[in-house]
Amino acid sequence: MPGITREEVAHLARLARLELSSEELDHFAGQLDDIIGAVAAVSDVADEDVPPTSHPLPLTNVMRPDEVRPSLPPEQVLSQAPASEQQRFKVPQILGEE
Amino acid sequence: MSELTRLTAAETAAKIASGEVTAVAVTEAHLARIDAVDEKVHAFLHVDREGALEQARAVDARREAGEELGPLAGVPLALKDIFTTQGVPTTVGSKILEGWIPPYDATVTRRLKDAGVVILGKTNMDEFAMGSSTENSAYGPTGNPWDLTRVPGGSGGGSSAAIASYQAPLAIGTDTGGSIRQPAAVTGTVGVKPTYGGVSRYGMVAFSSSLDQGGPCARTVLDAALLHEVIAGHDPMDSTSIDAPVPSVVEAARNGSVEGLRVGVISEFRGEGYQAGVMQRFDESVELLRELGAEVVELSCPSFTKALAAYYLIAPSECSSNLARFDAMRYGLRTGDDGTRSAEEVTSLTREAGFGDEVKRRIMLGTYALSSGYYDAYYGSAQKVRTLISRDFERAFEQVDVVISPTTPTTAFPIGERADDPMAMYLADLCTIPSNLAGNAAMSLPCGLAPEDGLPVGLQIIAPAMADERLYRVGAAVEAAFLARWGHPILEEAPAL
Repeated sequence: MPGITREEVAHLARLARLELSSEELDHFAGQLDDIIGAVAAVSDVADEDVPPTSHPLPLTNVMRPDEVRPSLPPEQVLSQAPASEQQRFKVPQILGEE
Repeated sequence: MSELTRLTAAETAAKIASGEVTAVAVTEAHLARIDAVDEKVHAFLHVDREGALEQARAVDARREAGEELGPLAGVPLALKDIFTTQGVPTTVGSKILEGWIPPYDATVTRRLKDAGVVILGKTNMDEFAMGSSTENSAYGPTGNPWDLTRVPGGSGGGSSAAIASYQAPLAIGTDTGGSIRQPAAVTGTVGVKPTYGGVSRYGMVAFSSSLDQGGPCARTVLDAALLHEVIAGHDPMDSTSIDAPVPSVVEAARNGSVEGLRVGVISEFRGEGYQAGVMQRFDESVELLRELGAEVVELSCPSFTKALAAYYLIAPSECSSNLARFDAMRYGLRTGDDGTRSAEEVTSLTREAGFGDEVKRRIMLGTYALSSGYYDAYYGSAQKVRTLISRDFERAFEQVDVVISPTTPTTAFPIGERADDPMAMYLADLCTIPSNLAGNAAMSLPCGLAPEDGLPVGLQIIAPAMADERLYRVGAAVEAAFLARWGHPILEEAPAL
């Protein structure tokens, strides 16, 4: 499998919303390349006819009764918000000006 | 050091129940011990002095009122800082949650409080439980009480160091790839990863949800069992919690025996990378089990050689998704919000400032493994390896009752030695990871000191899912035999702090 380049690391960082510095890109590119080289060992089984396991328990659609229960009071929840206003989370701009 | 801090949890609970000592006196003795040694060890990130004393007073009041107390009422405990605690800071060892005060208790926290357990504080850990040395904590490393220049293992190094240095008789850890068992091994203590789904994950900050499992840390097998029964059991708040009776681990711990038991030794868990003294103590443990009446069977689990690779694809993949919730909008750190930047820019700047190197590496590794074009080759293949590992275990458990191995290939390594070499660090979890991938139960307990460095070695015992009691039955027998051989608990050989 191919190694990982500095440009790919920059792309991954953008996807993962990490504003990495230039030094970090250099540092992580080498380390991620080593790690990916090592974990590529799993690809030996890529063509084998083995079902995947995503979870140790064979559970699907665990349900509970849909009952109304008290929730945390808004002021308690908002007390941990970086910013709040009028009983709402206050966030930076998410859409353009126009 | 007060004699009260040397007692086991079982002894402490009995003395409190009989009125010989008060829970307040026990709590004060441990708080004094924390004051005396934790500046050196750095096991705790936060000590909740007032909350602990309040809980202790409540236990004493209940006893005086003639109420029946639970088996661990009044016993102090150190809680890994990954469990939410209402009104008490929870950081997960990360700057991104610095100063966060959770508005609710984790189920584990709630059950401890309901049982009258006294939570002394929150323990240090690798950031988001990612690491094997506790060096990845944003708040500085923890020292191993056996040698403060060495790591206490990780990610739950704070919990294991706290009990090894008599700051608490009990602690809670979480184990995603070995984070309870490996710290137990390198600090000379006992740690158990229960069957996946045995202990609720509600309020336990998620790292890799299909692998994460909370469990007990203690200085004796019986103490671990008592704690296991307090925290285990079905929880409707965790949809992956197993709706079945908790295995009878306390009864098993009180009746240790390996007579007639079949014990499997995995041939893949030795060879290059395994320290000579670790293998010497492991081989002696195998011999001891034979002497105690067990039948030892050599087994091969060929897919275990790919477990580490599969783990370092599955865990980062799940972490890259789980940690997406740290977006700087609803709680936790927010940086760079100067009124000109967009929400997306603020998120990226906050995550850059709030996450440490290992967390960033794993988020990017997971993002890579899950990206289109690579998904089948990496994440898809890793899931196939996971199936093969479960099949290897199934075959093994057709032949034997439990499987044993060294817990970790080496004793505690020096702080700094592997800090910037991720692959070297990952090797510490070589023997513990297969149980997380399969979801079965495993324990580490001390089996001696490595002759070359005088540091503790851990013996790992693995049992099938929901057969956790086998760990305790075998563990108690091994512990008693070693105690008879050594004449004292192994921790008494640790140098004074």
